[in-house]
Amino acid sequence: MKRKMLFAASVLAGAGLFAGAVLAERPLTVVSWGGAYQDAQKAVYFEPFKATGANMIDESWDGGVGVLRSKVQGGTDSGWDVVQVESEELQIGCEEGMYVELDWDKIGGKDAYLPAAVSDCGVGSIVYNFVLGYDKDKIKDAPAGWADFFDTAKYPGKRALRQGPKTNLEIALIADGVAPADVYKELATDAGVDRAFKKLDTIKKDLVWWKSGAQPPQFLASGEVVLTSVYNGRIDAANRTDKRNFGIQWNGSLFTLDSWVILKTTPNLDQAYAFLDFAGKAENQAKLPDAIAYGVTNKGATALIDPARLPDLPTAPENMANAVQISDSFWIENIDKLTERFNTWAAAN
Amino acid sequence: MADLTTLPDGDLARDLKRAERRRRLTAMMLVAPLFLFLLVSFVLPIGDMLRRSVIDTEVAEVWPNAAAAAAAWDRKSEPGEALFAALGRDIRTSAGERTIATPARRLNYALDNGRSLVLGTGRALKQLEGEPASWRATLLAENPAWGERMTWIALADAAGPLTDFYLLTATDLMRDANDDIVSRPPERSLYLQVLGRTFLVSFTVTVLCVLLGFPVAYLVSNAPERVANLLLILVLLPFWTSLLVRSAAWIVLLQDQGIVNDILQALHVTSEPIRLIFNRTGVVVAMTHVLLPFVIMPMIATMKSIPPTYLRAAISLGAHPAVAFVRVYLPQTVPGVAAGALLVFIMALGYYVTPALVGGADDQMLAYFIAFFTTSSANWGLAAALGVILLSATMLLYVVYARIVGMGRVKLG
Repeated sequence: MKRKMLFAASVLAGAGLFAGAVLAERPLTVVSWGGAYQDAQKAVYFEPFKATGANMIDESWDGGVGVLRSKVQGGTDSGWDVVQVESEELQIGCEEGMYVELDWDKIGGKDAYLPAAVSDCGVGSIVYNFVLGYDKDKIKDAPAGWADFFDTAKYPGKRALRQGPKTNLEIALIADGVAPADVYKELATDAGVDRAFKKLDTIKKDLVWWKSGAQPPQFLASGEVVLTSVYNGRIDAANRTDKRNFGIQWNGSLFTLDSWVILKTTPNLDQAYAFLDFAGKAENQAKLPDAIAYGVTNKGATALIDPARLPDLPTAPENMANAVQISDSFWIENIDKLTERFNTWAAAN
Repeated sequence: MADLTTLPDGDLARDLKRAERRRRLTAMMLVAPLFLFLLVSFVLPIGDMLRRSVIDTEVAEVWPNAAAAAAAWDRKSEPGEALFAALGRDIRTSAGERTIATPARRLNYALDNGRSLVLGTGRALKQLEGEPASWRATLLAENPAWGERMTWIALADAAGPLTDFYLLTATDLMRDANDDIVSRPPERSLYLQVLGRTFLVSFTVTVLCVLLGFPVAYLVSNAPERVANLLLILVLLPFWTSLLVRSAAWIVLLQDQGIVNDILQALHVTSEPIRLIFNRTGVVVAMTHVLLPFVIMPMIATMKSIPPTYLRAAISLGAHPAVAFVRVYLPQTVPGVAAGALLVFIMALGYYVTPALVGGADDQMLAYFIAFFTTSSANWGLAAALGVILLSATMLLYVVYARIVGMGRVKLG
């Protein structure tokens, strides 16, 4: 008898849970890049947003527009609402109709943000750079730019670049004397691409390839390489948390933005807008650089950031001076072709 | 003797049949969950993947008229005004409905700057009012690439419903302006080379695993039980550690400033660090380590079932221990060795994380490119075609292997 009652109770409980799962509204699900960055976002955006009474959870992903396409394919809710995407994913997904076209009036208006952060489907969240990183304890004479990266006589030892063609062809051309502003004009021609690969040839045997953003600081720390391309935030994090003495050369650095998008299949559109509005406000954004050295996109935020912190950020005017924005339209059009070319180049001796 | 073919009909036979049917039904129902699971999680996704490598309807869905006209085109004559008109109208409609990105992406796979060609033309045609006198002139004025035969070949290739474009690309082939199948330019001929690399690395790893695993398996299966258990735990211990951690541990050991290089230099074997990681050496070392348990386990199972008396008998009959080992013991281990080798080889073919972490740019195997085209560039057709190539090459090899070893002799556990 007792057993029977237990069984009946568990069946009821199970049915109740099931019904609850079906009926209850799913909390707003915000997806970002994980790691130290998402920890910072948690402290600055997610927890304070929840404190306003919002029902939200956060998840992480590793990027890839293919992932998002499979999420929205079929048109039914896939569990994600707001996703932080890289600029290429923003553009491809927007053209393919994977995201909600933003109503900018709901998130403070276009004028509140940096022009580069405004687009049809996404609102910029952070600005970050690929910079030239080195260890100040080992290199006294700071490299002046990418040309020094290719100078193995002046800086003997290995150097690291990100695996794949993206960012490396730009770096090679800048090192070869192309002005940062003209890099994509040059790359649009076959001769320009040849020139970039030829430049990479000169240090091919000294190159190590990194695949995840955490690797370059590790390579510098272990002495595996003397110079590396690296996300500026990683260098800052290594200096602050691991007490390293790494340096950054901002000259000729490549910058890009990550953006928030709302997936077309969201059942939580209003909360999604509420979150974007919250994460776009100057006073909220201004707290992010304290935790991690990325630039933020609300024009009003810069004035609220501790002036001592500004020189570490991509959005500081002197750091922006000779930087070039990574061209999404170039890479969307050419990534397959140049990835094939990069890999045949890597395999040839 | 009773004639069994003429069993008494009526109740008995019917009951027998019914019982038999019930038994079979029960058996099927017991298998059903696993069968369904395999169907849903394995057969259907793989089938869907294979389908994507040859079925190409993305362009036809957005540009139905242009696709139909291009499919009907003979691929030899100059494309006529009707073809230009069908395309022009479809481009204009799709630009207005914001569906143009899909055909733009698809044509970009086959054409240099195909994406900007389609999107640029779309932007221009959206402004166009009414019907132009000549669609041909309009399109050519917008972009002279519409006058090139390659553009139309690419469109006809993409018109669907079937295409060989992806499978050709995956085997380093393409169609030229005359619709002949030719090799891709050398700087883009990649995939056969990567396939060869994938098989070479897998083969090397398999040979090393067998060579290293055999003595361990022999030791475990012949040691006293307590020692054997301890050894077995040592074999399995790394197996319970995450793949990422194991790969990362090799980086610490093998890097220029790592322990191995420090020792080599301290012993004056080398004067400066030698490159052991982020190249082929690193990939082979790390993969061998990761895959060793898979070859050791089946070998232990086989070796344990070999009676020690055979070897003793051979020696007592006068065979040298080495000869007895080679001629009596070794042949009996073949089922385990063959099974372990097969297991390791097939697993190695699909390896992705380890080569990505400890390999250089020229050590990436086919799975790396499948992942790249699936997630990053979202070229699912090419990802599928590469999968088909890998799958068929693996199956072919399996058949050859089965012929040589004899599948009846392979014992997996």
